[in-house]
Amino acid sequence: MTTTSSEGVRAGAANDAVLEVDGLGVEFPTEDGIVRAVRGVGYSLGRGESLGIVGESGAGKSVTAMAVMGLLPATAKVRGSVRFEGTELLGLPDGRLSDIRGKGIAMIFQDPMTSLNPVYTVGFQIAETLQRHHPDLKARDARTRAVELLGTVGIPSPERRVDNYPHELSGGMRQRVVIAIAMANDPDVIIADEPTTALDVTVQAQILDALETARAETGAALVLITHDLGVVAGHTDRVAVMYAGRIVETGSVEDIFYTPRMPYTLGLLGSLPRLDREEERLTPITGSPPSLLNLPPGCPFSPRCPMRRDVCDSDEPPLRPAGRDSHLSACHFAEELVDTGAEQVFDTAGADSEALARFADATSTGQPEEDSL
Amino acid sequence: MLAYTVRRLLVSIPVLIASTFVVFLVVVNAGDPVANFAVSRQPAPSKAAVAAFARHIHADQPVAERYWNWITGVLHGDFGPSVQPNLDIGHDLFTRFRVTVTLVAAAMIIALLLAVLFGVFSAIRQYSVADYVITFFGFLFLAMPVFWFAVLLKQAGIWYNQQTGSQFLGTIGEKSPYLEVDTTWNQFTDHVGHLVLPTITLALVSFASWTRYTRASMLEVLGSDYVRLARAKGLRRGRVMTRHALRTALIPLTTVVALDIGIILGGAVVTETIFQWHGMGEMLVQAVTTIDVYRTMAWLLLSAVIVIGLNLIADLLYAVLDPRIRYD
Amino acid sequence: MTDIQAPGSPGTEVPRSENEFTVKQRSQTQLILRRFLRHRAAMISLAVFLLILLWAFIGPHLWHYSYQKYTPDNSQAPSAKHPFGTNSSGYDSYAQVMRGTQTSLKIAILTALGSTLLGAVWGAIAGFYRGIVDAVMMRITDLVLTLPLFAIALVISSRTGGDWYWIAIVIAGLTWAYVSRVVRSTVLSLREKEFVEAARALGASDVRIIFRHLLPNSLGPIIVNATVLVATGILTETALSFLGFGVQPPDTSLGLLVSQAQTAVTTRPWLFYIPGAFIIAIALTINFIGDGLRDAFDPRQQRVRQ
Repeated sequence: MTTTSSEGVRAGAANDAVLEVDGLGVEFPTEDGIVRAVRGVGYSLGRGESLGIVGESGAGKSVTAMAVMGLLPATAKVRGSVRFEGTELLGLPDGRLSDIRGKGIAMIFQDPMTSLNPVYTVGFQIAETLQRHHPDLKARDARTRAVELLGTVGIPSPERRVDNYPHELSGGMRQRVVIAIAMANDPDVIIADEPTTALDVTVQAQILDALETARAETGAALVLITHDLGVVAGHTDRVAVMYAGRIVETGSVEDIFYTPRMPYTLGLLGSLPRLDREEERLTPITGSPPSLLNLPPGCPFSPRCPMRRDVCDSDEPPLRPAGRDSHLSACHFAEELVDTGAEQVFDTAGADSEALARFADATSTGQPEEDSL
Repeated sequence: MLAYTVRRLLVSIPVLIASTFVVFLVVVNAGDPVANFAVSRQPAPSKAAVAAFARHIHADQPVAERYWNWITGVLHGDFGPSVQPNLDIGHDLFTRFRVTVTLVAAAMIIALLLAVLFGVFSAIRQYSVADYVITFFGFLFLAMPVFWFAVLLKQAGIWYNQQTGSQFLGTIGEKSPYLEVDTTWNQFTDHVGHLVLPTITLALVSFASWTRYTRASMLEVLGSDYVRLARAKGLRRGRVMTRHALRTALIPLTTVVALDIGIILGGAVVTETIFQWHGMGEMLVQAVTTIDVYRTMAWLLLSAVIVIGLNLIADLLYAVLDPRIRYD
Repeated sequence: MTDIQAPGSPGTEVPRSENEFTVKQRSQTQLILRRFLRHRAAMISLAVFLLILLWAFIGPHLWHYSYQKYTPDNSQAPSAKHPFGTNSSGYDSYAQVMRGTQTSLKIAILTALGSTLLGAVWGAIAGFYRGIVDAVMMRITDLVLTLPLFAIALVISSRTGGDWYWIAIVIAGLTWAYVSRVVRSTVLSLREKEFVEAARALGASDVRIIFRHLLPNSLGPIIVNATVLVATGILTETALSFLGFGVQPPDTSLGLLVSQAQTAVTTRPWLFYIPGAFIIAIALTINFIGDGLRDAFDPRQQRVRQ
């Protein structure tokens, strides 16, 4: 790999990391050519820490997560390194990997409507994962534990719901079941891939609360994949912004929201609607993300970037320190963005970062109506 | 569940009545047995004899009345008069059904087992050499006319018997005529020997389409989110394949198998004709050739009962296997 | 596949990059066509099928033997003079197979057309009107579906005789129900779409909505089904002819040719294998074409996760 391979997000103390991803690359051979879905992604996740990964669809967020789980299709070519508690996962035989899945690293998927097997009761599907990792656990005890877990994630009358089939539960309830499955074996890491995207707005906050409960109970570190900056603001310590298969900016939530150093991040912030200002105009990022097939040289964001200069079309900028030590950005002109708002770079009215952060907090702690079963 | 079964059973009765009525109209209008009687007998029968014949086979009655008399008669075990003298249609039907049911059941079971085996294997090893080979033969067998393959297999059987000097593979009839008084064991092997080639023939077509169906269904399930979650839970590949993928993928196959019974019965007619079985196939061909309305109707009624019955069983099985289907 | 638009906002000069990541916009038809052309098995099959079609319909005019004239050569193995040999009566098998293929194809194609036309219109009307119309029409469809195709075709064909179009009509009359089910479910989902609402809002008549909007947009499943029906048609017709209930001499079909060669499998194998091979070739290529079309119209990517 080129210079991008060793870039990444570093936790304060690297030794304490439960999950370390380094120079991760994923390629899919297709009829039209090789799709480079992930191009040198790295991050390090400390025990109990939470990391948000933000980006548009197709940025490689989910593929990164699936690569960590070892669940990519056989055709995918994966390079780099994924270490869980010091053990290298890439290249590990599937039997060994499956011991870690569910127990070491658990995952929550986007669509609760299709995540559960329609022909088994939710209790069975929770007990199944318990007994997989605790072979001595008796069926009775597994069931009791399943009821407990359902209660923990906020399902009313869990002793009744445990015998329900997935189709008898609402989307929000099903996602709670998926969270219960994820937390069942006290994992060290939970990867949540767009856990609220498929749900009603009113239910989203409740699911995020359930996720917080699960984290609090298990002490697990969290990788929260989302395209919703508001969710990231309220639930993670650090943020990594992905674009075209790479991390283009990373830092603490404050770094990203208050002092973004990459035009794409700025654009993302500027395209959020705001409730605190009248005559508000959003600043859209025009165009769409590049095709990851035959990606030309240079910065992949340059065709959409208002700050584009000639160097952007020839050299892809590496991820470099920008501002405080843990704040990295992949832009040739990161310094020029100091104290710059989206409205100055993109179109007219932009985003007031502070207000945005407040807005994000408000949406994540608000109490919308109870989701029905 | 019981209420559901009863309800489905009650619904299938009007379907059966409507279906047999339509079929009755078709059969009655598909040929004129009286005219046939008048021209085919030597010497030519008298007018009175023709009229008596028409009365005997109820050809002088209006159609609706004939249907009513026929269907009520069937309920009492009377399947109506045949154009052939001294032929009891009910007895004929059930003797031949016993012959055919062995063939159809054996072919279906073998086709189903092999189809699931090959379909699942093909799906798990998608895009492998084995998958391509299975897929190609699936397409080939789908395109293979049953009668052509049956004739070929019959010749192969004759050749095999000649080469080995054995008489195991029967190529004519459902059993050897002279074995009636032999030992039970010999009768059994004789039956099995006669069953081999026709069963392979009949199993072939269903095997091909069911393999393709199983493969597609299995692939869909293997790509589903719940299989991915099952893997993410840490379940081993073997358990995911059997408990989550296979269990769910096979549910829709019940309906497909039941729907295909009509095609299999058609295939049985051809197969039995070529291997000269005295089963339902021969009965249908004879009944149609002799313009025997009630004999044809008896055949079609039994096949309608089988088709509707099997679909009912499939529906019930589906409801048992898939909790999303409600019984109310 | 969205085009990138330059935001021409006042004040800021937005650079328009040379290397925009746009993909040339393609119409739906072009995409389907492209996917179909990529399907290698389907393309080879289409070529083979068209060759057989041309051969069967044009060939008889160029060949110097007729399918119904004796030649002085009896029971001859394939040679330059008789590429497919002759039968025991001295008929030239090449001419007979050509004629048989032509008859069988005519029946199969007419079956597919008739069945598709009836089934598509039936299904579209049922799906469009729903309610009581739908209920009645679909019960009729269900009824037809319970009829054993081959047995009923046998009964009817015994009466209608060996005219090729009658055989096609009989088979079509028993297979349209499959098409109508497929079309109905497609139409049921289409009728809620915006373009149908728009057409209705503009005051389009029901007939116009059905024939100008609903049916054209259900074309994918309709074409795929029609293709498969050609294979069903040829297999059913040849089986009927084989048993003596289909095409009657002096005309001939591939099924009839196989039937006549039953007893000659070992003595004059060319009479048995060649027409059989043609039936398989036609049904096989048709199924591959259907498979390619299905993939082209419905390109669901099916991936296996490890």
